[in-house]
Amino acid sequence: MNALPCTIYVAFTGAFLALVAGARSAQAARVVALLTALTLWGLTLYAASGFVPAAGLQDLVNLPWIPQLGINYHLAADGISLTLMVLTGLAATTGVLFSWNIEERTGEFFALYLSLIGGVCGVFLSADVFVLFVFYEIAIVPKYFLIAKWGSTNREYGAMKLVLYSFAGSALVLAGMLWAYAASGGQGFGLAQLAMAAADFTRTQQLGMFALVFTGFAVLAGMFPFHTWAPTGHVAAPTGASMLLAGVVMKLGAYGCLRVAMPLFPVGFEFFQPVIAWLAITGILYAGFVALVQEDFKFVIGYSSVSHMGFVLLGLAAANATAVSGAVLQMFSHGVIAGLLFAVVGRMVYERTHTRHLMDLKAMPLHRLIPFAAVVFVLAGLASMGLPGFSGFPAELTILIGTWQTKPLWALAAAGGVLVAAAFTLRAIQVSFFGRTGPDVCTEAPHPLPPITWPEKAGALLLLGATIYLGLCPDTLLDWIRPALHSPVFQALLSGGPS
Amino acid sequence: MNSWPLLSWLVFTPWVGALLVFVLRSRLPENLARALVLLLSLSTIALGACATAHFDPAVTGMQLIEKHAWISALNVNYHLGLDGLSLVLILLTGIISPVALYGTLRHVRCPAIYGALFLVLQGSALGVFVALDFFPWFVFWELSLIPAFFLMKLWGGPGASRAAYQFVIYTIGGSAFMLLGFAALYAAAGTFDFVELAALARDGTLAAKLGGPGAFWPQAVFLGVLLGLAVKVPLFPFHTWLPPAYAEAPTGASMFLTGVMSKMGVYGFLRILWPIFPAPLQAAATPLLWLALGGVVLGAFAALKQTDLKRMVAYSSINHLSYCLLALFAVAAAGSTNPAASAAALSGTVLQLFNHGLSAAALFYCVGILEQRSGGKRGLADFGGVRSAAPLFAGLCGIAMFSSIGLPGLNGFVGEFLIFRGVFGLAPWAASVATLGLLATALFLLTFWQRVFHGPAAGAGVNFRDLDRGELLTLLPLITLMFLLGLVPQLLAGLINPLVTTWAATLP
Amino acid sequence: MKMDYAGLFHALQPEAHLVLGALLVLAFDMVWARHRPANRHHVALAIGLLSLVLAGWKAVATGGTGPVFGGVLMLDTLATATRVGVVTLAALAVALLPSPARLRHPAEFVAILLCATTGFTLMAAANQLLIVFLAVELASLSLYVLAGFDKTRPESAEAALKYYLFGGMAAAFLLFGFSLLYGLTGSLDLDMIAAQLSMRGPSPLLLVALGMVLVAFGFKAAAAPFHLWAPDVYQGAPAPAAALIASASKLAGLVVFTRLLWPGLGSAVGTIAHVPITVGWAPVVALIAAASLLLGNIGALAQTNVRRLLAYSAIAHAGAMLLGVIAAGRLGPGPLFYYAATYGLAAVGAFGVLSVLEATGPAQKLTDLAGLYKRSPLLAGCLAIFVLSLAGIPPLAGFFGKFAVFAAVLRLGGLGGPVGWLAIAAIALSAVGLYYYLLILKQALVATPAEDAPAVKIPLPAALALLTAAALLVVLGVLPSLVLGIF
Repeated sequence: MNALPCTIYVAFTGAFLALVAGARSAQAARVVALLTALTLWGLTLYAASGFVPAAGLQDLVNLPWIPQLGINYHLAADGISLTLMVLTGLAATTGVLFSWNIEERTGEFFALYLSLIGGVCGVFLSADVFVLFVFYEIAIVPKYFLIAKWGSTNREYGAMKLVLYSFAGSALVLAGMLWAYAASGGQGFGLAQLAMAAADFTRTQQLGMFALVFTGFAVLAGMFPFHTWAPTGHVAAPTGASMLLAGVVMKLGAYGCLRVAMPLFPVGFEFFQPVIAWLAITGILYAGFVALVQEDFKFVIGYSSVSHMGFVLLGLAAANATAVSGAVLQMFSHGVIAGLLFAVVGRMVYERTHTRHLMDLKAMPLHRLIPFAAVVFVLAGLASMGLPGFSGFPAELTILIGTWQTKPLWALAAAGGVLVAAAFTLRAIQVSFFGRTGPDVCTEAPHPLPPITWPEKAGALLLLGATIYLGLCPDTLLDWIRPALHSPVFQALLSGGPS
Repeated sequence: MNSWPLLSWLVFTPWVGALLVFVLRSRLPENLARALVLLLSLSTIALGACATAHFDPAVTGMQLIEKHAWISALNVNYHLGLDGLSLVLILLTGIISPVALYGTLRHVRCPAIYGALFLVLQGSALGVFVALDFFPWFVFWELSLIPAFFLMKLWGGPGASRAAYQFVIYTIGGSAFMLLGFAALYAAAGTFDFVELAALARDGTLAAKLGGPGAFWPQAVFLGVLLGLAVKVPLFPFHTWLPPAYAEAPTGASMFLTGVMSKMGVYGFLRILWPIFPAPLQAAATPLLWLALGGVVLGAFAALKQTDLKRMVAYSSINHLSYCLLALFAVAAAGSTNPAASAAALSGTVLQLFNHGLSAAALFYCVGILEQRSGGKRGLADFGGVRSAAPLFAGLCGIAMFSSIGLPGLNGFVGEFLIFRGVFGLAPWAASVATLGLLATALFLLTFWQRVFHGPAAGAGVNFRDLDRGELLTLLPLITLMFLLGLVPQLLAGLINPLVTTWAATLP
Repeated sequence: MKMDYAGLFHALQPEAHLVLGALLVLAFDMVWARHRPANRHHVALAIGLLSLVLAGWKAVATGGTGPVFGGVLMLDTLATATRVGVVTLAALAVALLPSPARLRHPAEFVAILLCATTGFTLMAAANQLLIVFLAVELASLSLYVLAGFDKTRPESAEAALKYYLFGGMAAAFLLFGFSLLYGLTGSLDLDMIAAQLSMRGPSPLLLVALGMVLVAFGFKAAAAPFHLWAPDVYQGAPAPAAALIASASKLAGLVVFTRLLWPGLGSAVGTIAHVPITVGWAPVVALIAAASLLLGNIGALAQTNVRRLLAYSAIAHAGAMLLGVIAAGRLGPGPLFYYAATYGLAAVGAFGVLSVLEATGPAQKLTDLAGLYKRSPLLAGCLAIFVLSLAGIPPLAGFFGKFAVFAAVLRLGGLGGPVGWLAIAAIALSAVGLYYYLLILKQALVATPAEDAPAVKIPLPAALALLTAAALLVVLGVLPSLVLGIF
């Protein structure tokens, strides 16, 4: 476990080295970035192999930092953090692989990319709210430049919208956090410290603080109605960045809700629980229906991300051990699946056909031109639909079980979401890759598209392998997640039910 | 526990085979690919025969059980098992698949991918019939949709895209609610295992855990599971996806869809819905009975009005499967008032499943031949006098038709007779109305026979080429079985009689 | 009053060095350097830097000895820290001295700059009303001249004139306010004034005096509604002068403001920590702060001229710093000092980049920055650090400054009371700020350069200054205890 903080340092060092290497050649930058990502992932897997599940956060680093404000550089991890760290490593590696074709200012691209990863790792490992906030904000600026410089449709607008929403969310979190700090007498920002102090807050204080902090994090998680930045931003971003943004960065928001908002302010959480659940359900259904009518391929995926994050938020809102463990599993699963979907749409299809308009794609027999991409997309689509055999199914099943235990009506609405997801995913698969089928397709000689390169194949196989492995053996992650929910902090929050 | 996991081999051989064929598709010459696919498909009947040899019909519990812990976090086990019902359906799958493949592989493009998809479909169906824990069962249930979708879409007719999409969405829609129902069951009972859940249902604990028989949510759970299964069978009025799907699918896929996949739905009723929700089923049985009747009568009369031969056979499938549901709902409604009639009805249901599979598959194949010879036309008016040009074909097709009508001496009679005998004893008015279905079936099939085969040669019937060797070899096993099971139904009934008797004896 | 001239001289060593430096620069130039035009401005630069370094060293060496010369000056930690800060900022500004092609009188420039710095260091230690006024005027007059130093552009003259007129008015207000305070309390010493006021309690005359003092300092800090001079001055003055105005002047001004209000007028503070609000200067300062935040941020959104954008952002930052002033009474001047000092570093840096760019072409509009990453990666990188620090992005110092100030303010009364609303407004508006800062960076780092964009050559002192400022921002951002620990 002690290897985990090294991921942060590795990421930032790698970013710097990539910048320097980029001055030499693009290939050098790519190699440095890939090595950094692999090292990072390797560190997380190494930590996972030696992980002994325990009921609370295990301290990794705890040094005094700014004694005047009671801030310590405090890093700690439990099963939930570990799950998300492994996801980050995987997303980083595959993101680098799918960005292999970037030619312009490659060193800077990977430097920004790795800095973003470093910030994200920092958030997942923080046990002090100030440290969490610092890493969260560090991750914001690279996002802007990644999208504004290397993105596609409407990139400047998309970049600015994404960043401003993220920053606004973080401003809300800052307000809530400072309020809690002040109300606790200015002792410090440690999670455990604040949790203890929060027990003495008045009801109004708890409600207000929870509302601020949860909303701030939920904006980043794409909760309805603060989700509008997500489709625009993800569509505008270059492939590697969208994979990371939809796959991991959105999970930062959900993680913040779970790690900070809910345990610190349980009274506030209890009060707002139905609101959160209904907003999550609205997000699932609304985003699903909007995805059903999109004409731009990437927008379908963008809205599907909002829909899937709705499941995560619903699981959190249901507040029992089963539902929350399902939510964390869904975070991992969706991270992998979203990465796959964006990889296919952005890198495999768009870079070759230069169009994302579904009607244009329909006219080309894509499944004959890039059959590898077709198979990968079909499998990714099935995973996204929550088909058994892929990681989405155990996650959604667990969330449904947990939600049913809290309030069956919510589970019913969520089941509707499963159906809508099947509809829009199938439509996207059908129109894009299999738009023209039938015997006449064979007689035309298709204008050839560039073949799928080895980094793309490697990345796709890694992600596919992950989702299928998890679909068949979800125990691997659930064995990390469930013990973490037995810690006293969570136990006070979660209601009963078979776990 | 068996030392050699026969059932796992049964289920996974087609899947492994599919992967093999898919990976090697560019390296295999077409003939070799076809042969390999066929061989892998035949593995099922071989292993099925093995299973039959090990099977003891007198034991009414599950046999050849394999049970391993899988996902401890959700108390999910990899649990496979066999009883008479499963065995019958496995044998059916083992027969229909190679027949369908042999008949159609020659004519399709990209036979390797077609064969691979078909094998995946076959494996999934087998998995559905032997899985005894909801998680693996649902994996197989849902995974069967995907190869079916692609088979329809890539090799199907002009309207295939829309039909395939509708088919998948309807089925997933139903399954989403079934999933919710099982999530609720797990939340209450803590297990996904069918056997355990049935035991809990029998001693009343399950109903107590779900919140009392009068509460709303237990009904909702029942309805969820019901919906998922009802869409699959299909039960009227959830049947609207079927005619376009069967009609637009390529011949081989239609044969499998009607022969095996529709049985998955009825199997679900018998294996899942009835044992786990006996009381809610009894409460809802009368309205469901009416729905089944609707399927019987309206299915047959709709078939009568069709001019597209494939749609006609599709509607007749709805009709025949509704007989099975009719019997089941009649048994559920009547309870333990008439065990003999219940036993007859249940026995008839299982036999009908097998026999309808044979006859419907044969009929679709014949329609497929007609379509192929005519260059894509399959309307009622497109043919005439085929009998004179192709007497062998006419003869075999006629046998299939009569089997479907239920002529004594052929296999279709046994199932239908038993069903009617049982239902007359349990709900006589329903049986009387259902005879209308029989009448209509006879009418449309005879119309088919008369318009296509009799009369002067017309349309595509002119110079109609008779069956070649491959087509003959395809139809022959089906026709042989039709005669065999018509004359010696004990071959099949012997496998299930003790089971059926036990079911009838333990009715609430 | 004890006449401890030795002590006074000892305390004023930094100032002495600075004045001596100014005289030396002029002398050297007149006697020697004027005949060697190539070396003229190197000499001026060298002497200027030397005297600043010596002044800084002396300030640290003198340390916090306490009241000097009977309380006329107060050398506490705040004073020492401010002196060092101001001297550093001035050194950085001096290093940005434009090339001879654009500045024909380098010695005079440096001399006046040193005079301004003297004013700032005096402001840091002043503890008596007259010294305060003297120091403020010394600094202001020097800054007016510096603002008008670029005789090739009419905007520079306009800037100087506006600055002078506004400044003169503000000086009048300040003096009048001080005289009222003297009349009320009979003393010029801040400690005596504090004692007298706490005995007497509030009175209408006190409120008038307070109002006038606030007006004057509002002008000095470029806070709304006294901010109207700022955009024009920042736009027109030569870049190093603007750098000094934006950085050291603000730091010194805020420190003297704080010293005046706490503890000098501390008893008349009133409160905004909770409702009901007591009348005093705190609610007024809060209002000014809110107005500055609002006006500064909203105003900056519409700007296309980068100098004016920085000016409006300065107004917004002034608002935030005024929050630090309000909190300084209970929680110490640490957060305020940190914020002001690091803001100064970032401002010097930003204007420094503009100054270097001006050598090769205009650097007024946002689009003039286009493609900076290609024209000069060093400038682009440094500009990124400065702008992100202004925006408040960790791990740069600007973030922690904001954080410390907001934390201090909220500890006054939690989010429930009026001060809480102010804090929320500040946080929200700083989120708005990111938008226009990103606009600058978008031009510098994302946009492609113009076809005919000339190559950028950075003189060594400027490069060193920019790198030092950037490095300090990073180090202080990661280890803020280095500064906070002083208080």
